[in-house]
Amino acid sequence: MTDTIASLSAYDDASLDQAFRGLTDEVRGAAAQLSTAETQENFRLDWLGRKQGRLKLLSESWLKTAPPEAKKSLGMRFNALKNEIEAALAVEPAGTKSTGPSIDLSLPGIRRNIGLEHPLTRTMREMTAVFAALGYSVGVGPEVESDFYNFEALNFPPNHPARDTQDTLVVADQDTKPLRERLLMRTHTSPVQIRSMIESAPPLRIVIPGKVHRNDESDATHSPIFHQVEGLCVDTNITFSDLKGTLDYAMKAFFGSSVKTRFFPSFFPFTEPSADVQISCPFCGQKGCRKCKYSGWIELLGCGMVDPAVFAAVDARRIENGLEPAYDTKKISGFAFGMGVERIAMMKYGVGDIGQFYSGDLRFLSQFV
Amino acid sequence: MNILSKWLREYLPALDVDDRQLAEDLTLRGIAVEGVHALPDGGHLFEMDITTNRVDAMNHYGIAREAATIYGVPLLQLEDRRVVHAELGNVDVPAADAAASGYPVRIDAPEFCGRFTAQVVRGVTVTASEGLIAERFAQLGQKPISNAVDVTNANWLAMGHPTHVFDLDTLEGSIVVRRAHAGEKIKLLDGSEKTLTTDDLVVADEKKALGLAGVMGGWDSRVTETTKNILVEAAWFDQAAIRASSRRHGLHTDASHRFERGADLGACALANRLVTHGVIAACGGEAVGAMTDVVIPEAELRTTKRPHVLLSVDQVQRLLGTTIAAGESGHLVPPDLIEQYLQALGCHLRPSSEPGSYAVTLPSWRLDLEREIDLIEEVARVYGYNRFADTLPSFSGGVAALPNAAKEDTVRSVLRSLGWTEAISSTFCSEEDAAFFAAPGETAVPMGNPLSAEAGMLRPSLLPGAAGMLLLNSTRDVRAVRLFEYGTVFTGSTASVVERPSLTLAAYGDAAATKTIAASDALFFELKGAVEEVISHFVTAPVTFRGDALPQWIEAGRGARVVAGDTTLGWLGELTIAERERRKLKETVVLCELQLPALFAHALKQPLALEPSRFQAVERDFSFLFADTVTWANVDAALRGLGIAEMISLAPVEIFRDAKGKAVPQGEYSLLLRTVFQSQEHTLREEEITAWQESVVGALLNLGGKHRAA
Repeated sequence: MTDTIASLSAYDDASLDQAFRGLTDEVRGAAAQLSTAETQENFRLDWLGRKQGRLKLLSESWLKTAPPEAKKSLGMRFNALKNEIEAALAVEPAGTKSTGPSIDLSLPGIRRNIGLEHPLTRTMREMTAVFAALGYSVGVGPEVESDFYNFEALNFPPNHPARDTQDTLVVADQDTKPLRERLLMRTHTSPVQIRSMIESAPPLRIVIPGKVHRNDESDATHSPIFHQVEGLCVDTNITFSDLKGTLDYAMKAFFGSSVKTRFFPSFFPFTEPSADVQISCPFCGQKGCRKCKYSGWIELLGCGMVDPAVFAAVDARRIENGLEPAYDTKKISGFAFGMGVERIAMMKYGVGDIGQFYSGDLRFLSQFV
Repeated sequence: MNILSKWLREYLPALDVDDRQLAEDLTLRGIAVEGVHALPDGGHLFEMDITTNRVDAMNHYGIAREAATIYGVPLLQLEDRRVVHAELGNVDVPAADAAASGYPVRIDAPEFCGRFTAQVVRGVTVTASEGLIAERFAQLGQKPISNAVDVTNANWLAMGHPTHVFDLDTLEGSIVVRRAHAGEKIKLLDGSEKTLTTDDLVVADEKKALGLAGVMGGWDSRVTETTKNILVEAAWFDQAAIRASSRRHGLHTDASHRFERGADLGACALANRLVTHGVIAACGGEAVGAMTDVVIPEAELRTTKRPHVLLSVDQVQRLLGTTIAAGESGHLVPPDLIEQYLQALGCHLRPSSEPGSYAVTLPSWRLDLEREIDLIEEVARVYGYNRFADTLPSFSGGVAALPNAAKEDTVRSVLRSLGWTEAISSTFCSEEDAAFFAAPGETAVPMGNPLSAEAGMLRPSLLPGAAGMLLLNSTRDVRAVRLFEYGTVFTGSTASVVERPSLTLAAYGDAAATKTIAASDALFFELKGAVEEVISHFVTAPVTFRGDALPQWIEAGRGARVVAGDTTLGWLGELTIAERERRKLKETVVLCELQLPALFAHALKQPLALEPSRFQAVERDFSFLFADTVTWANVDAALRGLGIAEMISLAPVEIFRDAKGKAVPQGEYSLLLRTVFQSQEHTLREEEITAWQESVVGALLNLGGKHRAA
């Protein structure tokens, strides 16, 4: 360390160069020795200290006393020296820690709780998205329906057992009303198909997620409250092979491209021909597992071509509502399909008891990340 | 229902597929074989699951017809001598004398009974069955009763037509098929005694009811070991009448099952002949007199003589679409297959006057076939669903989102990102909960057949479910809960139910004090923050939280009504202590319900970017003592009232009360307030800031504040 600053005798470039070269060498020499935080701090104080730092002293003894014409060249060299010092300080000394003791990397991070989507909402959203990609708009409708929308227009004959209070939950005090106006908890999301067709002429593509109710005993796989996703496609010349292709595509999109579908004749009042659809078990690849009951196939969907009686009921109501009939079965055809959301979610997520979906048990719900 | 493959094959001599293939092919065509079990005799027992519309196929001959159709092989007639009928015992039986008169029969209720056949057999010996019948009953799990009765059951298993045998000597005069007299009593075969109504149909004689028609025979006229003479009945009864009668008396029998789904009126005479032959073969005796056969023409019009149906080949192909097999019709089901299938199923086809169409006469055993579409379905079914191609229909329309889809998504995603998990609860609640939680002025709607006493009402609010879910978590030691439910609530009356979407938030546990909020209030303020965040995504009038007009579920002084402009958006607060205790909830819980239609009446905010200021922001803190009566709203309003555009932020940083009254006098609190000033146009000058500071101090003093050191 130098206690005194030699005064400058000459301000020509050569003299200045010589004077600064000495200083620069000194800085570099000291910088090379900076191995700890402590030596670095001493170096900083020595050169850049606000009161006794050598740069400050140099500035006072050289810069202030210099003739005006030399100030510029002196200042340039002064800045170069300062940059040199700062560069030396910017280098972190080997073996030093700048921010205290090292952290325990194994401690848990600070995590904020995020809320989670309900597994049924999630399943419905995913299923709906598959059909949205095929041009289906989402449709919704009331959960309390009239007999007309839930049964009559869907071609359920007047004495069909589904209407029985053993199967269907009904609103109180309906007995005095005409059958078609009686209020009940919709037993399927199909009434939304009827409402959509009454409202809109074809082409129509809708996917209907929603809550439905039946007067069922609760057990591990049955609940009086459950959800469905239904779909409806109506246009000129929609065919049974279109139904097959659409559901095959949708099941592949939802469960994976290796999934196969097969169709079995079935019976529903509102479709004809009607089919049950099985998919090859996506969980075991048809090797056999509990989910497919070791059969390699899982029954997942009900579907069919819209029954002409449904179109007739829709057109009759359209006429009552002052609209043109739009569902001439010689030109218009369509298909409909539906599936149980709980069943799919239970299989997909390994849920053993359907009641857990409606329990609000956070220990259950917090698993669906 | 169980089926024996060996029995099936008796009707199908040319069938050359094995039982397992047969089971699979039937299943793929809607005649579902759920299980195939090997039998010691080399045949198989098929466990069938047949949809209720195909009642014609719930017997051996019906399934044999399906197989004949699928494979295009001949189906023997039931009367064919080559058929080894269990009930016939494969013996020749002399035919009754057709010229002689039969047993007198009168149908007094032609609306309920369409046909009635009767045949007298005399000189029978009633004992236990043996031979083929006994063997097959054992394989099928059919309970044997006596040789005579077993013949009727065997015939039912063979061809599906229920028949009955009476002990002829218990009859007094003609058979009369009539409505029961009101209050008429009858003891049935199962030993039960029923009191009948005039909507019940009975088979009676001149004096008394003999049996409940189409449901169950009577006790007194039953065939017993002492029976010597028998009357064989094969009849046809109206579906609705039998369904009503069966339900009314809680009797579901094989006979009622078939009749209520539609039996074959055309098969009565055949069934009677087969049973008569079978009785004679099994029990001895001889047929005496002709078979009586009374037919109601109106019933024939509904069954055997239905009008033909027009079937257009074009419509079949238009509806079913592309097949995977290339053929002359170019990937469409060809007309010759259409003809072949329908004929094999029992239809008669003749070309119609309309080109490319058939006039199709429908078989009397297929009452489920009525329309063209029914025939198209048969074609598709027999052809095989999986032989149609997978095609995708073209579409040129657009996909429309529901009007509230984006709003719903926003609400859900905001809440989830704040740590609230979605739950779904019951649609129903107790009457008590409905009354307690319904929004002010709203009524709940009762159910007609509630699932339970606790589920007697349609929920008028999501809060009963929310409270229930909190309790469940609490009893299961979940330390902290943040749940929301987005669902439908129902109000109005049984005449007219009003539905609307609603949102509830429910929480307890784990709310920490901050420098401005005491631990005891933290849960409420976390809830309030979530509500504020949700609402902030909508373009609403300024939102205030008011303590007036609160619903009864909120503890006094511990909740608020959320108001935007003049509209109430919902309520939030702590559940009353009394209600918590009643529900045995240990923790303080907070609940909120938002009226979504009121919120969704507002648009979602559209982001609008403003250029952030390039100039420095300056913070200034103020420390004041206020009386407890001065609220934050007062402070906020006073300072915003200064109209300082550059005051970009105004927030409480610390609020302190001293219970002992030392640092801060009782009834007062200290408020550390932080303001931030920034200009869009220039670097703030010291004198500007000083002036604003003085205004702020002045305003706070005006509120009665006491200035402490800054």
